[in-house]
Amino acid sequence: MINLIYLTVLLPLIGFLINGLFGRKIKNACPDDVGEKIIGIIGSATVGISFLIVVGAFFQTLALPVEERSNTVGLFTWLSVGGLNVKFAYLVDQLSLTMALIVTGVGFLIHVYSIGYMHGDKGFWRFFAYLNLFIFAMMNLILGDNFVVLFLGWEGVGLCSYLLIGFWYDRNFEKGTTSQAAKKAFVVNRIGDFGFLLGMFLIYLTFDSLNFNEVLSKAATFPVAESTFGLIAIFLFIGATGKSAQIPLFVWLPDAMAGPTPVSALIHAATMVTAGVYMVSRTSIIFASAPTVMMIVAVVGLLTAIMAASIGLVQNDIKKVLAYSTVSQLGYMFLAAGMGAFSASIFHVMTHAFFKALLFLGAGSVIHGMHEEQNIQKYGGLKKYMPRTYLTFFIATLAIAGVPGLSGFFSKDEILWNAYANGGFIFWLVGMITAMMTAFYMFRLLSLTFYGNERFDHHHVHPHESPPVMTVPLIILAFLSIVGGYIGLPKVFVGEHGNLFESWLEPVYEPAMNKLAHFGSHSHLEEILLMAASVALALSAIYFAIHVYNKKPQIAENVSAKFKGFYNLLLNKYFVDEAYEAAVVQPIQKGSEKLLWKFADVAIIDGAVNGLASLIDKSSGVIRKIQTGATHAYAVIMITGIAIALLWLILSL
Amino acid sequence: MINSEILTYLLLTPIISSVLVLFFKNEQVKLIRWFGIASSLLAFVISLVAYSQFDQTNPLFQLIHQAVWIKSLNVSYFVGVDGISMLLILLTTFLTPLTLLSTWKAIEKNVKMFTFSMLFLEAGMLGVFMALDVFLFYIFWEAMLIPMYFIIGIWGGERRIYASIKFFIFTMFGSLLMLVAIIWLAVYSSSVTGFFTTNLIDLYKVGPTVPHQVQAWMFGAFFLSFAIKVPLFPLHTWLPDAHVEAPTAGSVILAGVLLKMGTYGLVRFCLPLFPQSAVAYAPAISVLAVIGIIYGALVSMVQTDMKKLVAYSSVSHLGFVVLGIFAMTIESVQGAVIQMINHGLSTGALFLLVGVAYERTHRRDIAFYGGIAKLVPIYSTFLMIAMLSSVGLPGLNGFIGEFLILLGSYKSATLGSTWFTVFAASGVIFAAVYLLWMYQRVVFGKVTNHELEHELTDMNKREILILVPIFVFVLWIGIYPNTFLKMTELSVQTVLQQVSAYSVNILK
Repeated sequence: MINLIYLTVLLPLIGFLINGLFGRKIKNACPDDVGEKIIGIIGSATVGISFLIVVGAFFQTLALPVEERSNTVGLFTWLSVGGLNVKFAYLVDQLSLTMALIVTGVGFLIHVYSIGYMHGDKGFWRFFAYLNLFIFAMMNLILGDNFVVLFLGWEGVGLCSYLLIGFWYDRNFEKGTTSQAAKKAFVVNRIGDFGFLLGMFLIYLTFDSLNFNEVLSKAATFPVAESTFGLIAIFLFIGATGKSAQIPLFVWLPDAMAGPTPVSALIHAATMVTAGVYMVSRTSIIFASAPTVMMIVAVVGLLTAIMAASIGLVQNDIKKVLAYSTVSQLGYMFLAAGMGAFSASIFHVMTHAFFKALLFLGAGSVIHGMHEEQNIQKYGGLKKYMPRTYLTFFIATLAIAGVPGLSGFFSKDEILWNAYANGGFIFWLVGMITAMMTAFYMFRLLSLTFYGNERFDHHHVHPHESPPVMTVPLIILAFLSIVGGYIGLPKVFVGEHGNLFESWLEPVYEPAMNKLAHFGSHSHLEEILLMAASVALALSAIYFAIHVYNKKPQIAENVSAKFKGFYNLLLNKYFVDEAYEAAVVQPIQKGSEKLLWKFADVAIIDGAVNGLASLIDKSSGVIRKIQTGATHAYAVIMITGIAIALLWLILSL
Repeated sequence: MINSEILTYLLLTPIISSVLVLFFKNEQVKLIRWFGIASSLLAFVISLVAYSQFDQTNPLFQLIHQAVWIKSLNVSYFVGVDGISMLLILLTTFLTPLTLLSTWKAIEKNVKMFTFSMLFLEAGMLGVFMALDVFLFYIFWEAMLIPMYFIIGIWGGERRIYASIKFFIFTMFGSLLMLVAIIWLAVYSSSVTGFFTTNLIDLYKVGPTVPHQVQAWMFGAFFLSFAIKVPLFPLHTWLPDAHVEAPTAGSVILAGVLLKMGTYGLVRFCLPLFPQSAVAYAPAISVLAVIGIIYGALVSMVQTDMKKLVAYSSVSHLGFVVLGIFAMTIESVQGAVIQMINHGLSTGALFLLVGVAYERTHRRDIAFYGGIAKLVPIYSTFLMIAMLSSVGLPGLNGFIGEFLILLGSYKSATLGSTWFTVFAASGVIFAAVYLLWMYQRVVFGKVTNHELEHELTDMNKREILILVPIFVFVLWIGIYPNTFLKMTELSVQTVLQQVSAYSVNILK
């Protein structure tokens, strides 16, 4: 199965080609919903089969001795110029397999869900074509055995994100249009890519290769200056902040919610946005060699986490809350990576993929049942109308809130513990406050949606449960959100090798771990106490949220009225978009138009050319007057000339 | 050296056909069109035959044909190709039939003269790429100006006269200086080798021995001529006018091939003939190239006319090519060569697509369009592919060129600083901005203009047939660029070896 790994890339590509080229024909040729079914089945099956292949490759790899678990499957030479040799090859190792399982597994469920969600949409075939194209690109991103193939996937997922955010290209979104949101996502990502590109160039300059195995093994052994490592790491991290929506490039992700909800679940929660985390994890040795940058990564992650969580507290659009929640959770992942806990960051990628995909799909189910209404203030009491959606959403909420026993608890706890052990108390504290906010806004969301009074208009809105094609994926994800954490139990309970997830990934990070001085002497008691504290705090936040939004809604109003300024600041997302618009977008646009084009180009450069032309024209007009055509005038000039020449001759004798 | 006549046949095909066109009657429009396409296709086939005979493991000029021409001046008819010129010849013969096909509806006035001009132009372009005698090169270089002048001046838009004269004077100005340098060089060669010569291969040995001070002037004269053609910032202002006024076919050939003659000239003449000066001025020239990249992109962003937008984007893209050439690493020059092809394909496609819309609505202003995705899905998809190719999306052609240029310039010892690359790479961001923004305003959203609903029809079979071959290469270069990179690798190495032989400041 390892040797067949290229099929996991190829199959979605084939699905894309079939649906992309013939989707419209299939739909028109078949009666009623048959066309949709065929398109949906093609789209889902390609991903489903890919998943099975990945599973096969996973067990095959698991059966191998640890030192043989990293395999390369080469296809052909892509680029070869001078010393540069880039192969189209896939690296099958613990890390890429883990990511591939998440992408194809969760991806498959979301494809199936989309059959129900996109039912009746005129762009049904186009949607599935794009989704398949996305899986194709994402698989290249995680399986590529070198930076260039990774970058191919990296840009490819960006393109699919662009296409899918703007999927309903003739709709409005907030103050603008969906296509504006799509363009924003692509451009902001490109800013990150600029950093990524420079990182690649410096890697090539330093290590003379762009192949992972070569670069990473050289990075572990070559005497390279720390400043060089630092520069590479910071460049790569700029790339990661773009793709994974971290400060300062997070602004595109909330707007990405303009796309259909399954897209938000797949691309903007479970898979694509974790690409940055994956990349940092893949190049862990480079980051580990640059301690300063590690600290920057951790701090950026932490600040992003708390900033986004605080915005999430007051948003009223169900998808927007989840979007900021995603930004915040991604911050956790970078916090983990920055603390050197790469395995914990990938662990959180996985659990987050389960519960956040579930939350988005659940939200989609709610939106579906509420006739496209997204404002949670206009929901309420939906529990009885949508029991399966409610139950699964509830499980996901418990998981993300960090309730013990569910997947989110284990991964978040591991991150918080690492923050404490390697960063210090402040890191833990800020992380903990973020966790409390998370628990609060999630239960606020849950309460306003499913509990309490029904605040919607019964004449126009008839809430209903979604069909099984949508709820079955929810149930499977709910199951995973519960049990997903048990492969990564805390070492404090299960001993040094009891954390299966960490032991599995350990060889990937071994070079990095050798470079990092790690884990001071912290007692088990400390860890257990912190864990207990975090559980207690999370539970109290949950209690508080339910209490406020179920029983005493006036408390929320009083608080927001009392802290009006702060409330507005949060509601308007700290005015970051407005600040960027005023400080970056407008100056560049106005400057380009007024200064560069109309002034420099038209007035100065072209003006000089035209000026020269008219100067010649005018002076020729003057000189032309000498050509009078009157012979005697010529004779006079001629004689004067001869006279001067003679005079000069005489004088020079 | 073995004489091969294939290149001469290739050159003669459009020349003879263009003369034959003149024997048709003016009214035989359809016949003339078919004849034009058939003869340009014949030229394409012959170029493929030439390619099949081309040996990419041979770093020297091949398929050479030499015959005495002006004996007293030792000027000969001397043609031959290396990988770089072979590739550009293929680009020329590939694009010409497609552009002729694109004029089916667009050109109705004086089709005979138009077809004559296009074929004559093709001959001129082919001659430029295959000439190995500088005098011969100069003849083709100038000859090609005339049909282009007419194409813009007769079949162009409202300000066509202004644009065509501007185009003519700009180019003429540069080439006159080059002529002076050519003569000077040929005369100088008689003092070195003992005989007056315009043979490029001989001059490769003469040029580097020219005293530095004089060489700088020689270099400058050649460089200026090529830089105007490229066009390099700040010599670019003829380009937007020429593009906007030229008919679609003219824009496609102008962007697709004519601009490449400038960058080709840099590689073929400026670097190997005057290596010391080329190295000395490389940083200064690269500054202009990088300014062009960013400036072109920013000015492109704020254009209101689609054709002008694409025209300014050319300034940006060609800036990459010039940077690649003067970074003088194998990666960067290889990238520059492939980027010449890429720009021909993607910008050619963009101009063709703008032309398709223009033919239907006679409007080029972005504001007129909006929401056309709903009306013309095939057109929108095609425009998307062309745009992504131009943006440099990995998997498509543009990425390969830009990536190699940036990667190569980053490690360039000639440039001596990574800042060139850092600034140039920011062009990658701006390219996304101006193209995506244009696309968003034209294609997405609600249908803004109800005139569009009547006038704008989706692409017909002929138009699809024109673009599909271009897209085949867009994908081919993106996925398997080695076909093309291998073709030029040894030739590029030869050029760089020539430079490094006379200059210490070169990596490899």
